[in-house]
Amino acid sequence: MQFPEELKYVKSHEWIKVEGDQARIGISDYAQDALGDLVFVNLPEVGDEVEAGDVFADVESVKAVSDIYSPVSGIVAAVNEELMENPEKINVDPYGAWMILVEKITETEECMDAAQYREYIENQE
Amino acid sequence: MELIFEKGAEGRHLSILPSCDAEQVEFGEFSRQTELRLPQVSENELSRHYTQLAERSYGVNNGFYPLGSCTMKYNPKVNEEAASFDGFTHIHPLQPEHTAQGCLEVFRLAEEALCEITGMDAMTFQPAAGAHGEFTGLLLIKAYHEKRGDSRRKKIIVPDSAHGTNPASAAMAGFEIVNIPSAPDGCVDLESLHKAVGEDTAGLMLTNPNTIGLFDKNILEITRIVHEAGGLNYYDGANLNAVMGLVRPGDMGFDVVHLNLHKTFSTPHGGGGPGSGPVGCKDFLEQFLPGKQVCGEDRLVSEKPDCSVGSVKAFNGNFLVVVKALAYILTLGNDGIQEASQNAVLNANYMAKKLEHIYDLPYGSHCMHEFVMSLEKLKQETKVSAMDVAKGLLDYGIHPPTMYFPLIVHEALMVEPTETESRETLDHAVKVFEKLWEQARQDGEKLHHAPVHAAVGRPDEVRAARQPVLRYQDSQTGK
Amino acid sequence: MGSYVVSTKEEQQQMLKEIGMEKIEELFAQVPEEVKFKGTWKLPKGLSEIEVRTKMQEIAEKNKVFPHIFRGAGAYNHYIPSIVKAVTSKEEFVTAYTPYQAEISQGILQSIFEYQSMICELTGMDVSNASVYDGATAAAEAVAMCRERKKDKILISSTSNPEVVEVIRTYCYGNGMECQMVPQKQGHTDMEALEAMLTEDTAGFYVQEPNYYGILEDYDAMGQMVHRQKARYIMGCNPIALAVLKTPGEYGADIAVGEGQPLGMELGFGGPYLGFMASTKALMRRLPGRIVGETVDEQGRRTFVLTLQAREQHIRREKAGSNVCSNQAHCALTAAVYLSAMGADGLREAAKQSAARAHELQRALGNLGFSLKYPSCFFHEFVTESKVPSEIVVKALEERGYLGGLPLNEREILWCATEKNTKQEIKFLSEVLKEVCEAWN
Repeated sequence: MQFPEELKYVKSHEWIKVEGDQARIGISDYAQDALGDLVFVNLPEVGDEVEAGDVFADVESVKAVSDIYSPVSGIVAAVNEELMENPEKINVDPYGAWMILVEKITETEECMDAAQYREYIENQE
Repeated sequence: MELIFEKGAEGRHLSILPSCDAEQVEFGEFSRQTELRLPQVSENELSRHYTQLAERSYGVNNGFYPLGSCTMKYNPKVNEEAASFDGFTHIHPLQPEHTAQGCLEVFRLAEEALCEITGMDAMTFQPAAGAHGEFTGLLLIKAYHEKRGDSRRKKIIVPDSAHGTNPASAAMAGFEIVNIPSAPDGCVDLESLHKAVGEDTAGLMLTNPNTIGLFDKNILEITRIVHEAGGLNYYDGANLNAVMGLVRPGDMGFDVVHLNLHKTFSTPHGGGGPGSGPVGCKDFLEQFLPGKQVCGEDRLVSEKPDCSVGSVKAFNGNFLVVVKALAYILTLGNDGIQEASQNAVLNANYMAKKLEHIYDLPYGSHCMHEFVMSLEKLKQETKVSAMDVAKGLLDYGIHPPTMYFPLIVHEALMVEPTETESRETLDHAVKVFEKLWEQARQDGEKLHHAPVHAAVGRPDEVRAARQPVLRYQDSQTGK
Repeated sequence: MGSYVVSTKEEQQQMLKEIGMEKIEELFAQVPEEVKFKGTWKLPKGLSEIEVRTKMQEIAEKNKVFPHIFRGAGAYNHYIPSIVKAVTSKEEFVTAYTPYQAEISQGILQSIFEYQSMICELTGMDVSNASVYDGATAAAEAVAMCRERKKDKILISSTSNPEVVEVIRTYCYGNGMECQMVPQKQGHTDMEALEAMLTEDTAGFYVQEPNYYGILEDYDAMGQMVHRQKARYIMGCNPIALAVLKTPGEYGADIAVGEGQPLGMELGFGGPYLGFMASTKALMRRLPGRIVGETVDEQGRRTFVLTLQAREQHIRREKAGSNVCSNQAHCALTAAVYLSAMGADGLREAAKQSAARAHELQRALGNLGFSLKYPSCFFHEFVTESKVPSEIVVKALEERGYLGGLPLNEREILWCATEKNTKQEIKFLSEVLKEVCEAWN
């Protein structure tokens, strides 16, 4: 399982990539593996507000739906529309398949680096 | 198999209508522009198409159907016949009431009997299904609190073992949902309930026996806690088949109930519906019932209750389904109703006892009308899942139990044999379960690909959901 | 008493013994004594089949079966081809549950897939679900589909069937959406009022084709108005009329719903009927209830399966858009068999003959002084106005075995005709009414 060093992670298994004053958000390899084959993604719209620790999207597998939580508070600057048509991207390339880009960030949750996240997962299992 | 659209040929048809001797009407700008593409088949082709489809379907008439929580009992034929009498089928819902006295009498008799069985004072037959009944019952609770001017009561408490419709119905009725965990014995955790209730509690939704197949022994305590907090108790009648003629929801402290006539009262499921989900209530809630209530003695009339929540369906609900249920109740009568529940419970206990030596019964083998097995250990040891065993049953001509429910039991199979199955059927099913267990240990790989004798194998559900094909498209034109 | 329990008393005893019990009461040891029912049951004694049949027959005979029906208002007396009953009474269809186990339910699943296809064809929409309870609940579910975070007001045309309006209102009482009625003018939706009432927070607008009075309205103009305000356009349609009338798809509707009862279902005192729902592809995942999709099995064979299930209550629980679980599958099957039996030409013929008969009736009534209340293009229903009180009119017809139109008020009656009505019936009806009018004058 891959956990790129340049990303930060949160306990609810989202990754966050800081790009200047913006942040790109997706779900970790561990999360996509646990969720199984994804068949649909519900994403917010550009301009929506997101709150750190709150749900901003959900992903569907055949028999389950799971909430995705935002690690930051801010405004949605872009959404990855491609995922709506091809949700399997998340399974194939979880770190390329970003979900939203957030700007005007006011708050960021406590994050882990790759090593800490790896340890966190190992302790979970 | 071909779709009916792919059968027949251009110009084929049945001859149903005579030619018209009235002057044609032109609709001009209102006329349909696009082509209407419907099947073009002869009557023989049509008949055989559906015979083929029937052969590729499986109902209670085909064999054992122990689908937990669905009460797949035999559907008596005299009920069907009664519901096909012209005196019922040819009645317009807006006929003057004095010309529909028989229909009103059906509602009257069904209401009397079902109120007696449930310990309620009044009943509406407008809801068309269980979930529809839940929504209706919750609206009664909402209207009750509002009328008292108590606007704080916005929360409905639902145990985590509940069917998904409970929280979904509560949300549709505008309530917030408070989930409470079950105690280790599978019943309501009194501590959690105590903590959950308060001035914002509108009510509690509960099935008893619960979804694990256990009768909650603390039921009086549970309903008392909710009442003392000012809330009402809602009884989900999905599992009434366990206790008909023995215990009444009204005597357990429930204020509102819904029944599933298509489960407990033997009306057929029709491949997913129609059902009927009448809602009964105590007298203080009667004023809020939807639709119209039958009143009067010799001459029956129907009247809208004073503070009715409105209507949840046009007209009078699934009337012909109520006719079938009434015929069932008349057949069984007093003793028969009790006998049905007793044997439903007997059959479940008999099967549970015979299976406990190989399958895990996390809550023991003494159950009510259904029991839940956990195949978690089997899966850990053999990689054969509850799904694999369920699919294995298909090759033996048995409909699988409910899978992966309730959510609080891992790798769950929920078995409800019902009272209309013979001992031989139960014994045979037990043997098949044993065989599958052995197969899981010897050659589990094979079970991952079961069934092999059905019309098709396991469907690719991921493909179905990722690239939805939801209607016929001509393979040549792509339209 | 009658019984469907299989085991004899002796067998029951043996089974009890095998599980270590002596009496059947022991099975209920979990049930606390204090909740067990101790009174005397007031249920009647059980009956034999022949007694039940007789009793039910007696009850049925207390109803009056009208051989001649000129009433619609949401339930229509169309001809049901013989093949329909023959097919739909097959026990495999009648006694099956929801097709959760696709491998042994291909027949039911395929029949639903074919039904969905036919509803899409009729309505001109992209996607159909597997049915809901009836036309009124379909409309109410459609309203809930339109809701957005900042849009929670629904507009309903006053020209809609009052039964439907009441159900929408009840659902909105539940979910907290605001309902506003758009007034009518001469049997049509008041377009100026609609324009004014459409605001930023409007989630959608509901109108019927044909409307409650049988009238065809300017659905194009209304659709454009609704879409300008970024609200959704819901059309409630008569499925038989759609064989000849412009479809919701052609009018640009976002959701098409309707009462499917005309498609082969008995009047049955109001049910079971069939709520059909179809939408644009954009709203596909908001459709409530079951949806069947086509896929393949492990060997690549064509396979049908319940799909897009993550929308539904058993997975999404309180976040689901709807709680629909049981639907009207058997009625959907009935509709599919009906539509296959009629074919496109047959359905068009049923539609045309219904309209032709209704217009013939209207002319006959017009000649007797029952004037057309709203002189505009109508399908197979229309409203008359007359000096003779409505109740006297329908009473006189009732005595001759005719179910006349539905009295809307003291002077107005809503009439309906279908392909089942004949020239002779209309002639006889006219004669009866002629007498009534003469007696009244």
